[in-house]
Amino acid sequence: MIRFDSVTKRYPDGTVAVDDLELVAASGQITVLVGPSGCGKTTSLRMVNRMIEPTSGTIWLDDEDTASMATHELRRRIGYVIQHAGLFPHKTIVDNVATVPFLLGTDKKRARSTAMELLERVGLPAHFAKRYPAQLSGGQQQRVGVARALAADPPVMLMDEPFSAVDPVVREQLQDEFLRLQQDLGKTIVFVTHDIDEAVKLGDQVAVLRVGGHLAQVATPAELLSRPVDAFVAGFVGRDRGYRALGFATAGTLSTRSEPTVATGAPLPTGSDDDWLLAVDGARAPQGWLDMRASAPAGATVTDGLLHRGGTLVTQGGSLRAALDACLSSPSGRGVVVDEGGALVGTITAAEVLELIEAREPEPRT
Amino acid sequence: MTVLAADGASSSPLHFVEYFLDHRSEDLGLLWSHTWLSVVPVIVGLLIALPLGWVARRHRWTYPPIMSITGVLYTIPSIALFVLVPPILGLDTLDPLQVPIALTVYSVALLVRVVADGLASVPDETVQAATALGFRPLERFFKVELPIAVPVIAAGLRVAVVSNVSIVAVAGTIGLSNLGQLFTQGFQLSTPDAYYPPIVLGIVLCVLLAVVLDSLVVLLNRLLTPWRRAVAT
Ligand SMILES: Nc1ncnc2c1ncn2[C@@H]1O[C@H](COP(=O)(O)OP(=O)(O)OP(=O)(O)O)[C@@H](O)[C@H]1O
Ligand SMILES: [Mg+2]
Repeated sequence: MIRFDSVTKRYPDGTVAVDDLELVAASGQITVLVGPSGCGKTTSLRMVNRMIEPTSGTIWLDDEDTASMATHELRRRIGYVIQHAGLFPHKTIVDNVATVPFLLGTDKKRARSTAMELLERVGLPAHFAKRYPAQLSGGQQQRVGVARALAADPPVMLMDEPFSAVDPVVREQLQDEFLRLQQDLGKTIVFVTHDIDEAVKLGDQVAVLRVGGHLAQVATPAELLSRPVDAFVAGFVGRDRGYRALGFATAGTLSTRSEPTVATGAPLPTGSDDDWLLAVDGARAPQGWLDMRASAPAGATVTDGLLHRGGTLVTQGGSLRAALDACLSSPSGRGVVVDEGGALVGTITAAEVLELIEAREPEPRT
Repeated sequence: MTVLAADGASSSPLHFVEYFLDHRSEDLGLLWSHTWLSVVPVIVGLLIALPLGWVARRHRWTYPPIMSITGVLYTIPSIALFVLVPPILGLDTLDPLQVPIALTVYSVALLVRVVADGLASVPDETVQAATALGFRPLERFFKVELPIAVPVIAAGLRVAVVSNVSIVAVAGTIGLSNLGQLFTQGFQLSTPDAYYPPIVLGIVLCVLLAVVLDSLVVLLNRLLTPWRRAVAT
């Protein structure tokens, strides 16, 4: 747990970057600091590892006052990831990752073998180990940055816009991998971003700061989207927040109707009650929709080329947003529901999802 | 040229090889002391410039005064510096340390800026990351900042070592034994007629020495920066 206890930072030129901050970052959770440029996110983060010293107030790491520890020892217990990774250009990738274990005096061979495991964990092939940072793409460097922060297995991680310098596709990949990693590792993470979508996607808890270093609201992502405390937070959280909030709402298990199917490779059926017929493979995983209005030569089989694949899938326990999207994106208008293993359960219509949305608790509880 | 040819083969500038073979042990001794005088002050100068450059970089307000002072030192003519060192430091004239000290002053003057600029070439986020990972200031300096600054510092060392080779020759004219004495000998032997071989020999040996020392610095730089070559390919 990290606790900011009325922490203020006033720079020598008089700028108040952080004003009387009270915040708890719970153990094993991701706390996101989000807000417009200059609102004091980086300053708040760097006061935790004392790259910046608070003007007043205390930051507690569990029950220890960070001000009472030697800075280098404090920092070796805290992973740190920044934009552009900040890798050491003169060290190989594996030695970059092993930096903190080397500092701690861990046996070189053991430190390197741990580093190799971590590289695999963040999705980098082993042959990258002997390369230098400049030989990697931005996204790959960022993965190395994460691995380096994890190398000494610190309980706490500080991340300052780690994914903001890569293109949107890579960013989404890195975010998904990061969430998977966190599920295994359960670190206490403080994550800084100026991107509210990233905050809502990654945070267990989101703290919105406003310029001047004032904390505007701390809440779960769902609560933030549905109940912003004031006009500033509402404006910052942005448009479509009603639709985005559906991403956090589920209807327990979606009830579905059964859907007639045809197996891929089977002879093309002729005559159907419906304009659209769902094709599944041998494991009953949905493959796409057959347009029954199109004329096909007699004796043809169901092949990939005939299938419309536009529709998204929703799992049975999925969010209402995913359910609605499955309906809206399906050429037949029926959203395809699958089980955890990806096999077809049935379909649901947009009208049915809307009923679920309306029947939902008006204000989600946390 | 026609006059020279008429004077006979032995005074032709091209006869420096014979001159060298005739005075081999003496000339090799001069070459050796010249080498020593060129290299050692640069090494000592670098050792002094490292902390000064670090201070200039670390405390930004010290950069302008440090650079002005070292800049002024570098503009003092070498002969004047050789003469000034003994009285300032209370040494005898022609103390064996007189010239090495003056040369060290030149090297420091040149290298402080080089070290400060080399440290400035280290990306800011790299320094930040090192600090955040828990490097203490000295660890960070020797394990992160200095290694990354090597290419810039090596470029400065090349200039320092080569210019030292020529400044050392000037010290020969005030009586120190090094390749500069070949020039003095050449002048002395040039009465009444011009006699070039020792002068040409001095020039050739100085150039060779400069080329060899320069190549050594280049080689050392390559050995210390495998990461730069890996990236270039
Ligand atoms: N060393 C400093 N001296 C004076 N003022 C500073 C210093 N560092 C930051 N500030 C000011 O403090 C405020 C907060 O800066 P900070 O870097 O924490 O913002 P941020 O929220 O991280 O912004 P961004 O999203 O742009 O990274 C800004 O107004 C900034 O100008
Ligand atoms: Mg910032």
